[in-house]
Amino acid sequence: MKEGDLLQDRYEIQEIVGAGGMGSVYRARDTNFKAIRLVAIKEMISQVTDPLVRRNILNIFEREANILATLRHPAIPRIYDYFSRGDRAYLVLEFVHGKDLDQILSQTTTFFPPEQVFTWAVELCDVLHYLHSHEPEPIVFRDVKPSNIMVNLQNHIVLVDFGIAKVFQAGQKNTMVGTQGYSPPDQYRGEATPKVDIYALGATIHHLLTLRDPRLEAPFSFDERPIKDINPDIPPEMIAVIDRSLQYDPDNRFESAEEMRDALLNAAHKTGTLLDLNLPTASYSRKAGIKPLWTFECEDEIRGTPALYEGTLCVGCYDNNLYALDASSGEFKWKYATDGGIPGRPAVLGGNMFFGSEDHRLHVVSTQSGKVVWTYFTDAPIRSSPRIAESHVFIGSDDAYLHAVNVNSGRMTWKAEASSPVRSTPFITNELVYFGTEEGDFYAIDFRGEVKWHFKAKRAVTASPVVVGDAVYFTSLDGTLYALDAHSGWVVWRFRMGKGSISSPCVIDNLLFVGSADKAIYCVDIRTAKETWRFNTDHQVSGSPVVYKDSIYCGSVDGHLYCIDYQSGQLRWKFGTEGPVTGTPLVHDDIVYFGSTDKKLYALLA
Amino acid sequence: MTNPIKVFINRLFKKQSLTVNEATTAPLTEQQIREIAEETHRYQPPQLLVGSGRDVGLVRNNNEDSLFTFIATMATEKRSLPFGIFIVADGMGGHQNGEIASEKAVRAMSTHIIKKLYTPLFGIQPHPPQESLQEIMEQGVLEAHRAVMRNAPGGGSTLTAVLVLGNQMTVAHLGDSRAYVIQRDGRMQAVTRDHSLVRRLEELGQITPEEAAVHPQKAMLYRALGQGEPSEPDISNHSFPHPGYVLICSDGLWNVVPEDKILRIINGATDLNQACADLIEAANAMGGPDNVAVIIVSLSD
Repeated sequence: MKEGDLLQDRYEIQEIVGAGGMGSVYRARDTNFKAIRLVAIKEMISQVTDPLVRRNILNIFEREANILATLRHPAIPRIYDYFSRGDRAYLVLEFVHGKDLDQILSQTTTFFPPEQVFTWAVELCDVLHYLHSHEPEPIVFRDVKPSNIMVNLQNHIVLVDFGIAKVFQAGQKNTMVGTQGYSPPDQYRGEATPKVDIYALGATIHHLLTLRDPRLEAPFSFDERPIKDINPDIPPEMIAVIDRSLQYDPDNRFESAEEMRDALLNAAHKTGTLLDLNLPTASYSRKAGIKPLWTFECEDEIRGTPALYEGTLCVGCYDNNLYALDASSGEFKWKYATDGGIPGRPAVLGGNMFFGSEDHRLHVVSTQSGKVVWTYFTDAPIRSSPRIAESHVFIGSDDAYLHAVNVNSGRMTWKAEASSPVRSTPFITNELVYFGTEEGDFYAIDFRGEVKWHFKAKRAVTASPVVVGDAVYFTSLDGTLYALDAHSGWVVWRFRMGKGSISSPCVIDNLLFVGSADKAIYCVDIRTAKETWRFNTDHQVSGSPVVYKDSIYCGSVDGHLYCIDYQSGQLRWKFGTEGPVTGTPLVHDDIVYFGSTDKKLYALLA
Repeated sequence: MTNPIKVFINRLFKKQSLTVNEATTAPLTEQQIREIAEETHRYQPPQLLVGSGRDVGLVRNNNEDSLFTFIATMATEKRSLPFGIFIVADGMGGHQNGEIASEKAVRAMSTHIIKKLYTPLFGIQPHPPQESLQEIMEQGVLEAHRAVMRNAPGGGSTLTAVLVLGNQMTVAHLGDSRAYVIQRDGRMQAVTRDHSLVRRLEELGQITPEEAAVHPQKAMLYRALGQGEPSEPDISNHSFPHPGYVLICSDGLWNVVPEDKILRIINGATDLNQACADLIEAANAMGGPDNVAVIIVSLSD
């Protein structure tokens, strides 16, 4: 075909972008759409006359079509159409703008930055794991190599050419296909297990880090070209991961692409390579065996939420201490004792941690030293968490007041009477402070402490409100999720949950996420007040969800931390602890930190 | 012509020569004048501004489109509160039933909102409404449905109602009239979804937009007022575009005048009523195949 040809009365050929043994790849425009939509068209011309060989070639092509049709992953091109015409067959695919790694390799004269190679590697592990966990049978790509890996304009990788990918059937011998230099010895024996992809991935990363083309070297000779001798900038932790993936004996390699991904992430965390990287989150559900990066055990239940300041993680505990740990290792730094349990979440300002304790006090402690800066007394236990704005810290107390305290002096500027305990954490925006009370009153007060408007729910409003756009959203023990006009307090809509809630909502992309005592985590469209999805845990959800990248993280009284795809409500993974998880997790730099009533603080890869 | 008085008189009466002579200096636009004027002082509390237009078109004999606008401004020491109700209904069914259906729909919906919301909020002893805005709109649509069933048997109507309260905007919608949010920077987005059979087929990928444009059942609705069992309206909540506009119109406008042209007319008009008139003229210039009802709302300040 040539430029301007119209295929199927629909695809207008623009140019040849690649030519292979059995045909060409074209860039074409889909004229069914007014908007410019580009597609890649793979053409397979079978000039062989032998009908059997021809059938075989067609089969390969059709297999690619069928495999692609079942897959959905950002790193795999979508298939739009498959058809044949005479002696030619066509595959219409999503057009990927970018270059393949082979081209990129041939254009570079210097080593790639290690974090760049690392990002590609993690994304490749991700997509390979997706293929390998394909149901009902894993798919083995069988030809991982730079020329089959595209890098798109957003610098994400896309796996192309599924021509020889194969649905793996255990115990079956397969014919040898693949590319010399990247393929492992087991593939030459006709084995096509997921481990051949892991080896080939290792070979590809080795090539990227050393710029030594394995096709020009003796087979299986990576150990004769140690990375550290060629590219001294690569940290040994990362080299160890690659070396393990390149083991001659498949039994010595990683068990799965997922294990390799986690090993890479671990290595990156240890060496600091991960800073400033924007990694995609896994789009699969991890089945089992999540190992925490670290855990830390306190002497009593952790019901609060950790806070992070410059690598130091602080969390309150019911053993009356605030603990400060090294966020990367979980190593103990210091602890600060109060005279009561510490619920809630510390607020951070100027290197100081602000937090309430059931000893009636608001404490301010230096994150650096763990020494007290000042404390402020209320007349009853504090179960609310502080919020800081305009040089003041706002915090509720069981003494039925909301207190506004100067951050520097620790002196009260005013306190607003709420007539019942304030356990809700105030939300501050547009010079208004929003909070609820245990009697179900909900207030918006201004910075002078004067009530701007007031609303009454049927039962306690313990959770924290959140303001998005012109509405404030909060839950109540009366089983309702409320949306009120933030300026006036009128009800815009109500959403009924199965039971009461003390979980605080979070909102992203017009979707609101919140837990309830009816065991569910809800996703509600805030414009229509309609449920988008609901995820059922095995017990009450009293913690609050947080969104990080494309997942939400939320604990449940059933003892698990759940990671859920926020668009679909599909479980990605869950992690079990020995007690109810009632606090809210903190996710930072791809690590999720959360406490459990089993007295432990956990750090997991997000 | 050197006499300065003559020159002055010429300027007064020979407008054309004046514009030709001074063509290099463009006159200030209305908006520029307003902006300059506004710099001095602003006396107006935040308030809704509205324009509307309605026309039978060039082909039909009767006008089955009805519209309703209502704005209130209350500015007291305690708070300033813009309030507005804006409704477009496009009736259908023979024997004048289409006209009656859309009129009854508009009357029932507006009466319900005024009773449930306006009276409590603006009365002598103001109290917040019992129901949520969402519920009030849902009930209003139900009232409108009953009114159509009672008064225009066999008839039906679309209903697109926008309630503005402060910065909140709640939209109730059935059928294929539309509400658009237009930002000052030119983004124009429909906040309603047409309940038309053809649009649904298009959404499902069964037919292409080109096929949809010429589909014989183009006007077939799968949800509307007055069609037996009450249809469930789409209710959605938005922030009022500020600065910007809300446009509510029947298919006689959006189906005939392309979006970019609508946008150009609204941005180019000196006031909202003029914009509505220009939109109707644009629809008629395209043949005026259908009735048009159009409302444009903006929030001052």
